[in-house]
Amino acid sequence: MNALEFILAGMLAAATPFLLAALGELVVERAGVLNLGVEGLMAFGAVLAFIVVYHGGGHLLSFVAAGLGSAVLSLVFALVALGFRANQVATGLAIGILGQGLSALFGKTYESLTVKGLPKLALPWLSEIPLAGRLFTQDIVVWLSLAATLAIWVMFAYTKVGLVVRATGENPKAAHAIGYSVTAIRFAAVAFGGTMAGFAGAYAAVVYTPLWADGMIAGRGWIAIALVVFGTWLTGRIFLGACLFGAVSLMGLAAQATGLDVPSQVLASLPYLVTIIVLGIISADRRLLKLNGIASLGEPFER
Amino acid sequence: MRFERREHRSVALVIATPVLAVLCALALAGVLIAVAGAPVMEAYWRILVGAFGSRLSATETLTRASPLILTGLAAAVAFRARLWNIGGEGQFYLGAIAVAAASSHLLGGLAPAVQIPLLLIVGAAAGIVLLLVPLWLRLRFSVDEVVTTLLLNFVAVLFVSMLIDGALKDPMAFGWPQSQPVADAAVLPKLLARSRLHIGLVIALVLAAAVHLLQSRTVFGMQSRAAGLNATGAVFAGVPLSRTLVKVACISGGLAGLAGALEVMGVQGYVTKDLSPGYGYSGIVVAMLANLHPLGVVLAALFTATMFVGADGMSRSMGIPSYIADVTVALSLISMLVGVFFTQYRIRR
Repeated sequence: MNALEFILAGMLAAATPFLLAALGELVVERAGVLNLGVEGLMAFGAVLAFIVVYHGGGHLLSFVAAGLGSAVLSLVFALVALGFRANQVATGLAIGILGQGLSALFGKTYESLTVKGLPKLALPWLSEIPLAGRLFTQDIVVWLSLAATLAIWVMFAYTKVGLVVRATGENPKAAHAIGYSVTAIRFAAVAFGGTMAGFAGAYAAVVYTPLWADGMIAGRGWIAIALVVFGTWLTGRIFLGACLFGAVSLMGLAAQATGLDVPSQVLASLPYLVTIIVLGIISADRRLLKLNGIASLGEPFER
Repeated sequence: MRFERREHRSVALVIATPVLAVLCALALAGVLIAVAGAPVMEAYWRILVGAFGSRLSATETLTRASPLILTGLAAAVAFRARLWNIGGEGQFYLGAIAVAAASSHLLGGLAPAVQIPLLLIVGAAAGIVLLLVPLWLRLRFSVDEVVTTLLLNFVAVLFVSMLIDGALKDPMAFGWPQSQPVADAAVLPKLLARSRLHIGLVIALVLAAAVHLLQSRTVFGMQSRAAGLNATGAVFAGVPLSRTLVKVACISGGLAGLAGALEVMGVQGYVTKDLSPGYGYSGIVVAMLANLHPLGVVLAALFTATMFVGADGMSRSMGIPSYIADVTVALSLISMLVGVFFTQYRIRR
């Protein structure tokens, strides 16, 4: 398998943790809330999922557990940041640290253990195309993530729910004035974001690399947050960004396989550096940010 | 039930808040300990014994507190000005590796009285450089620094890991990835014989006092607080926002870099990948627990170090993972954030 084939085959799976977490954060931010705890929410979901699978609960149950667990943790964020109007940056960081602490605590006895991942499903015909066909042999979660991407795009573009969420983020006072409960909508958005982060963590721990190691999320939650800005809060661009990052994170492995003489650390730092550079390029265009940015992002709502 | 803003905040309430927050967190963590099947009070007693029960453990707790004071100050100074420096961990490592490189290649021959101050400046400068990059991105391209400072942590740690496995690798270390050691003349004097406690603690305490004076008694301090409270208003009032933020970044990045430098020169002597057990990240927690007050940072750092060192001892004797310390510290912070709300609002029925 050459490097290109390797990247094509693995890109979507590598992108899935980014994609799931970023889609969740997209909904949260569209509702006007900045939750920086994604890394911890993912770690918490990951450890719950791993424990469930390790004790024979199966993958479906593990995703349910991860989604519920991270949703509960994200509701703690909502309670402190929205209920008690604490600074959202500080609260998000605190929840992130709590999630990572809990994941290390629960995962202590599972360190370095492995479980079985999920089988890959090949789409008929499409997967037989030479080269590009590699894209069409993926596990079920990848396919479901693609469906989720489409669903969220439809929600924001065509449904009333999407419109209400957007209104809450753009102008909470107006949303309140026409009779929507800003606080309730934001709580729901945060819980959704938590659930998605939990799924993302579960995918990382029991499907993508089905073994437990402390700190295994390794900054992917932060990249997911960066991806939302990277995609200027648009579902399609976030999907493309996630694919790009999936590919970049595989490039390190691919380059080593081809015998390229670059220290592995340089390649490993590529995703982080690329994110920073791209954030610079995107943020420099103020028009782009103004057009798509969320007007009330991170601001507490007071009636 | 609704919340009403308090007319003024009483001093007693402001001081009681962190204490209550910590008690609340200990109670919550107690639930976890109880679920794990251990006697809660005994676990806390073991943590206390583990942190202060002997000369060795007490000096160890103070040794752990020193870098936490510095990274805590680094976060507190920056957050006060609403410069979200989440990059303390990377700045710590860059400060550490810069000192190891400078001492083993450039300044190693100098006498301690010259070399030590020079190395401390080198370490601080390395931290400053790493924070000026995201600040420049924010001022020039309006890139949010929360994400960039954090991502640079990963880059910095990978960079250090590359150096200690390559250009700066110690050939005498039997193949372990560790940097060449600092020169003997660069090793910091000990505060107590037969312990790891070094003068870094004194430096940290002096700097905490200095930062407090800087923030409360100088024009720059007032400007940096104004920038944090209301940046637009500060600009209208004539505060040079960019220049203030650059100064804040120099102090913040410098303190975090210095923490790394002191850790290399005072404790370990060389750089490894596990030089910091998350000092940069814990510093953020320390700062917030202290409600960003420089003197409070000292107490918060002491509390955090107590939890970490004590939990190590406790986990050895009782079999509860020492990560309970991380959880307790994070819970303290969340309780603190809720507590701060109640210092600002009262409940009205």
